[in-house]
Amino acid sequence: MLEIKNLHVKLEEEDKVILRGVDLKIGAGEVHAIMGPNGSGKSTLSYVLSGRDGYEVTEGSATLEGRELLEMEPEERAAAGLFLAFQYPVEIPGVGNMTFLRTAVNAQRKARGEDELSAGDFLKVVREKAKALKIDAEMLKRPVNVGFSGGEKKRNEILQMAMLEPRMCILDETDSGLDVDAMKLVAEGVNALRSAGRSFLVITHYQRLLDHIKPDVVHIMAAGRIIKTGGPELALEVEANGYADILNEVG
Amino acid sequence: MALPKAREDALAARLQALPVAAGKGWLAAVRAEALARLTAMGLPARRDEYWRYTDPASLNAPEAPVAHSFDASDESEPFDGMDRLKIVFVDGVFDPAASDDLTLSGVTIERLAEAGSKDIHWAQGLYGVLETRGQDPVARPFAALNSAFATDGVLIHVTGKATKPVSLVYVHESEVSDAILHHCVKLDPGASLTLLENGPAAARLNKVMEVEVADGASFHHIRLQGRDHERRAVTHLFARLGARSELRSFTLTANGRLTRNESVLELAGAEGRAHLAGATVGDGEFHHDDTVFVTHAAEACESRQVYKKVLMNGAVGVFQGKILVKPGAQKTDGYQISQSLLLDEDSQFLAKPELEIYADDVKCSHGSTSGAIDEVALFYLQSRGVPRRTAQALLVLAFLAEAIQEVADEDIAENIHARLERWLARHGSKG
Repeated sequence: MLEIKNLHVKLEEEDKVILRGVDLKIGAGEVHAIMGPNGSGKSTLSYVLSGRDGYEVTEGSATLEGRELLEMEPEERAAAGLFLAFQYPVEIPGVGNMTFLRTAVNAQRKARGEDELSAGDFLKVVREKAKALKIDAEMLKRPVNVGFSGGEKKRNEILQMAMLEPRMCILDETDSGLDVDAMKLVAEGVNALRSAGRSFLVITHYQRLLDHIKPDVVHIMAAGRIIKTGGPELALEVEANGYADILNEVG
Repeated sequence: MALPKAREDALAARLQALPVAAGKGWLAAVRAEALARLTAMGLPARRDEYWRYTDPASLNAPEAPVAHSFDASDESEPFDGMDRLKIVFVDGVFDPAASDDLTLSGVTIERLAEAGSKDIHWAQGLYGVLETRGQDPVARPFAALNSAFATDGVLIHVTGKATKPVSLVYVHESEVSDAILHHCVKLDPGASLTLLENGPAAARLNKVMEVEVADGASFHHIRLQGRDHERRAVTHLFARLGARSELRSFTLTANGRLTRNESVLELAGAEGRAHLAGATVGDGEFHHDDTVFVTHAAEACESRQVYKKVLMNGAVGVFQGKILVKPGAQKTDGYQISQSLLLDEDSQFLAKPELEIYADDVKCSHGSTSGAIDEVALFYLQSRGVPRRTAQALLVLAFLAEAIQEVADEDIAENIHARLERWLARHGSKG
C-alpha cells in the first residue's frame, strides 16, 4: 500500500534536517504504529506524506499503491486515497461542516471520474455515519471545528475519514487531548473502518491508544529514523520502560 | 472664510461644466442653499483628512473620465424574477418605457423633476435637509453639489407596508455620462419598504439618498453596484431613524475604478436599530472606500457596521467608520468591524475606525483586521481533496459571510453568494 524509501526531509525556512532516511512499508489491510519521543519527526512524516508546505524532500521517495506521492498536490494525494487525521484539526469559521464534507466528497469523486453524490444521497450517508460516531445534527451544521471540544474535533476527523473512504489513513496523535471515553469512541470509529483493502499508520506517544486500535507492527522513531520495528509487544515495552532503553540499545 | 485660490478655481471649473440646475418653486430655493453650502466648503482635496486615503481628483474633474460600459451579460440581472416595482434610469435619466407604472399600494412615487412645481410637498422637509445635517461635523462637498445640481431621482413616500420592493435599476450606456441622482424616501410611522438598487449608472455617478425612517418604520436597502471596470461613483446615504425603527443597508461592490460610499446615520429616537454592511471584491485597478458615520443621539439604540473586502492584484480598499455617542445616549450598543482579505502582496487596505463617546453606560466595540488567506485552513481543505482554487473560494466566501448575513431576505442573500462565487471563479487569484 504505502512504501517509503530512504526519506530525507528538511525544513524549507531554516536549514534543519528532520527526517534522516525513513524506510517503511505497509501492506494492504495492515495497521502500523509509529511511536517515539517528542521531536523525533513523527508529525513531520505525516505532513510530508500529505503534502503540507514548508518541507523540502532532499532524498528518497514515498509511493501509494505504486504512485509517487511526493510530486502530487495535497488534493491529488487525497484523491489517490491518502487521508491524514490531524493532530490539531483546523477551525474554519464561516464554512459549515456539512458544506465542507460535501465539497470534499464530491471533489474526490470528480477527481476520480465518478458522479457527484446528490444532496439527498449525501445526507443519508452522512447522517448514518455521524450517528455511529455520536455526532449530532447540530455539530454537522456548525462551522468546521469551530467551538468543538477536543473530543468532538477528533470524532469529526474520523467522520471525514468514514465519508472519504481512503485506502491509506494516517492518524497523527489522534489520542492527544482525549479522555478515556472519547478515545474509546474514536478507536471504535477507526476499527469499524478496518478492512482488507485499507491500511493505517497510527502515530502516537502512548501505548494506551494501541490497546484500542491493535497494530500489526510497531515502529520506534528517533532523531528522524525508524530505529526499531517489532510486534505489539514493542509498544508495551515502551510503556513499561520508556524510550531510553531502546535508544541506548540502538546507540 | 474664503477658500484658497486653487480650490476656488477648481470649484469654478466644476460648476461651469454642470448644467444649470432645473427646479421651480421650493426646489429652486433649496438648490440655491445647497450651492451656497458647496461654495463655502469647496471641493475636497487629498489634503483633507477625510480624503486622505481616496483621491477625489477624478470626482472633482469638470468632465467625467471615459468609462466604457461593460458587457455583464454573463450574469443574469440581479433581482430577476422577483416581484418588484422597477424604475429604470439610463445614464442618470429616467426611462419611462423601461420602467413600471409608478403606482404601488401604500407608496407614492414621484420624479424629482416634477416635484418642484408642486407647492405643498412632503419632500420639502427632506430634500437637502438630512444632507445639511450630515455636513456637520465633517463636510461632504459632493453631497452638497448633488443637492444643488441633481437632474433626476425619485421621491418615495411610504405610508404603509409596501407590498413589493421598489427596484432602482441604473443602466450605463454612454462612455462619458456624468449622472447626478437624488432620491428621497420618507417612511411614515409603522411603514416599511425594501429598496433595491443595481447597476453601474454612468461613467461617473454622484448619488444621494435621504431617508427619513419614522417611529416604528422599517427600511431595507440592498444595493449591487455594477460590474463596470472603469466607472466611478460617489454616493451618500443619509438617514435619520425614529424610535423603534429599523434600517438595514447592504452593498455589494464588484469592480469599478473608484467607489466612495458614504453612509451617514442618525439614531434620533430610542430603541432604533441600524445595520450597515458591505461586501466588496476588487481585482486590479480598483479603489473602494466605505466611509461611515453613525450618530447615537437617543437611548438604547443598536448599530452594527460590518464591512468586508477581498482585494487582489493591487486593489485598494478603504474603511473610515465612526460611531459617535452623544451625551444622554445611554444603553447604546454599537458594533463595528472592518476586515480585508488581501490575496496578494500588491493589494492594500487602509482603515480608520473611530469611536467618540459622551455617555457612560454604553457598549461599543470595533475591530479592524487585514490579513492573508489562512494557509493552514487551505491545506486542511486540500488534504480532504478540495482543489486549491475551490478551497480558496470557499474560504473567501466564508470571510464575506458575516456581511452577507446582514441581508435579511434569504433568496437575495443566496443570489449574492452565488454571484460572488462566480466572480471568484472568474478572478481566481494567482496560485
